[in-house]
Amino acid sequence: MRLHRPNLLLEVLRPLGQLLVFILGASAAISAITVLTAFLIRGTRTDMDLLQITLILLPQVLIDGIVLGFMYATIALGYTMVYGVLEFINFAHGEFFMFGAFAGVEFLVWMQGQGWLPDGQGWLAYLLLAGAVGVGMLISGSISVSTERIAYRPLRGAPRLVPLISAIGVSFLLQDVMRFYQSTANGAFYRTFPTFGGFSERITLFALPLDDREITIAIQMTSIVIIVVGSVMLVGLNYLVNATRLGRAIRSVAQDRNTAYLMGVDVNRIIAVTFLIGGALGGAAGVLWSFRFTRADPYMGFFPGLKAFTAAVLGGIGSIVGAMLGGMVLGLLESFAAAYLTIFTRGAFGAEYKDIFAFAILILILIFRPSGLLGGKTTQKA
Amino acid sequence: MSAPVLELTNVNTYYGKIHALKGISLTVERGEVVTLIGSNGAGKTTTLRSISGLIQPRQGEIKLNGQSIRSVSPHKIVEQGIGHVPEGRGIFPALTVFENLEMGAFLLRDLAEFERRLARVFAIFPRLEERVGQRGGTLSGGEQQMLAIGRALMQQPAILLLDEPSMGLAPLLVEEIFHIIRRLNQTEGTTILLVEQNAQAALQVANRAYVLETGRITMDGSAQALLHDPKVIQAYLGF
Repeated sequence: MRLHRPNLLLEVLRPLGQLLVFILGASAAISAITVLTAFLIRGTRTDMDLLQITLILLPQVLIDGIVLGFMYATIALGYTMVYGVLEFINFAHGEFFMFGAFAGVEFLVWMQGQGWLPDGQGWLAYLLLAGAVGVGMLISGSISVSTERIAYRPLRGAPRLVPLISAIGVSFLLQDVMRFYQSTANGAFYRTFPTFGGFSERITLFALPLDDREITIAIQMTSIVIIVVGSVMLVGLNYLVNATRLGRAIRSVAQDRNTAYLMGVDVNRIIAVTFLIGGALGGAAGVLWSFRFTRADPYMGFFPGLKAFTAAVLGGIGSIVGAMLGGMVLGLLESFAAAYLTIFTRGAFGAEYKDIFAFAILILILIFRPSGLLGGKTTQKA
Repeated sequence: MSAPVLELTNVNTYYGKIHALKGISLTVERGEVVTLIGSNGAGKTTTLRSISGLIQPRQGEIKLNGQSIRSVSPHKIVEQGIGHVPEGRGIFPALTVFENLEMGAFLLRDLAEFERRLARVFAIFPRLEERVGQRGGTLSGGEQQMLAIGRALMQQPAILLLDEPSMGLAPLLVEEIFHIIRRLNQTEGTTILLVEQNAQAALQVANRAYVLETGRITMDGSAQALLHDPKVIQAYLGF
């Protein structure tokens, strides 16, 4: 009988493999398109070798895109899981993310106040960062569960638009609560992520010879940390959903809530757990985001939230693997747009137009393939 | 005499303002097959949903083995021994056959007992063992019905509620499903409350029957008697 039970090693290796395929596939596709474009339009610039510039920038742009992709994917999982069980888009998810970011930053600022933040690298720095991520997950998870209990559950029988509007209301409320708290407690509405642990150090991967100079390709410790933490989250979630009793209960609720009841599943508890997991992932992403961009502010959840939602729709909302793919594609696309748009258009379009790509994708997907790239309706296995 | 396995007394259920069940009373004794027949919209499915708690009756009493299960949340009712095979089978399409059966034993933590029950279900439905790794959604209608019943048996319920097990199946499969129901009752001693539109087949496997019309029980008696009752023949048997 054990034959039919999930193979534990496989449940860890499969999502890792999928992640690798998504990263390599999306990187290769977007790089190819970019290089081809550079090749085709190279005649338009006489002041520089467009193809050469493109190639030189490529490794760094890829790394940035992948890092961004991991963060989008982690946020997108919150949307997709909640959608999976309730068919409801939790527009307050970006604010759970923001609360997580603040919780993590506040934790580290407090540690700094105690004089416990080390300057140099070492296990203590990693431990503290892990602590910040943990605190962020805890706070976001709790807020997520409370929001569900207070603002969504009473509306479960209502028409679909009603909880959606409630979510938008919660979103504004959480933004302003945080702004109010920060302004009164700290005199500024944002918080800076403390510098510690030498995470901004760059590790040189390799050097490209160029004429008489050398271009070094380096990766920041921050990026490595985000990639590692992101991978652990994604693999952990896959394992939880596909290989545990709790995960089976979540999937059963996603597929057929009434039948799940008839199996003895406490559906309300499972929905709460789903919000807990989704919120905690959002919180972890929030801490990582403020870690990378060095600050947290009450409105930081809006754009990452919308983009992660786009990522979830792109991959196929309700699908966990889809959220991973969508996040990766969107992160890479944004990073490429930010880097190359100015160069390719001779400055006519600057990097600030990168957001257009994300939302153009959202519109195109909704028109041509509403079920997304890996379109499943429910939180499906694999 | 011990209490009936299932006893409904004056159950009234509403969908919003619609009064769907208007004072249903019925009993099912241990080891019996009782069928509830009636046309579309008579309240058959609502009766089962009221028993398993998917919809809360506004009035009346529901007792399982003498214990009230009214106003108990549905996942607790399952724990107390109601195995409800819902209308349309309720297979989890993206879960494998094995995972569907695991869901049936969701409340069971004892692995040895799980394997024992699984072996029993596979003995009754060998087809499920052949399809064990397949997704539920890829099974044929008949296989899905077997899976739905097998999954409910994994709960080892005190009573099995079957909602239209023959719905949408080819005649040959309908016969097979009714054959299985009879066997479950006769060799395994399973107590069954069967809801059917196919009154003919239902009355042939049942000991007793209730006729439901627009939320009220209008007739009841032994299945044999109803099978030969002119009113039943005219209204439900169609000859």
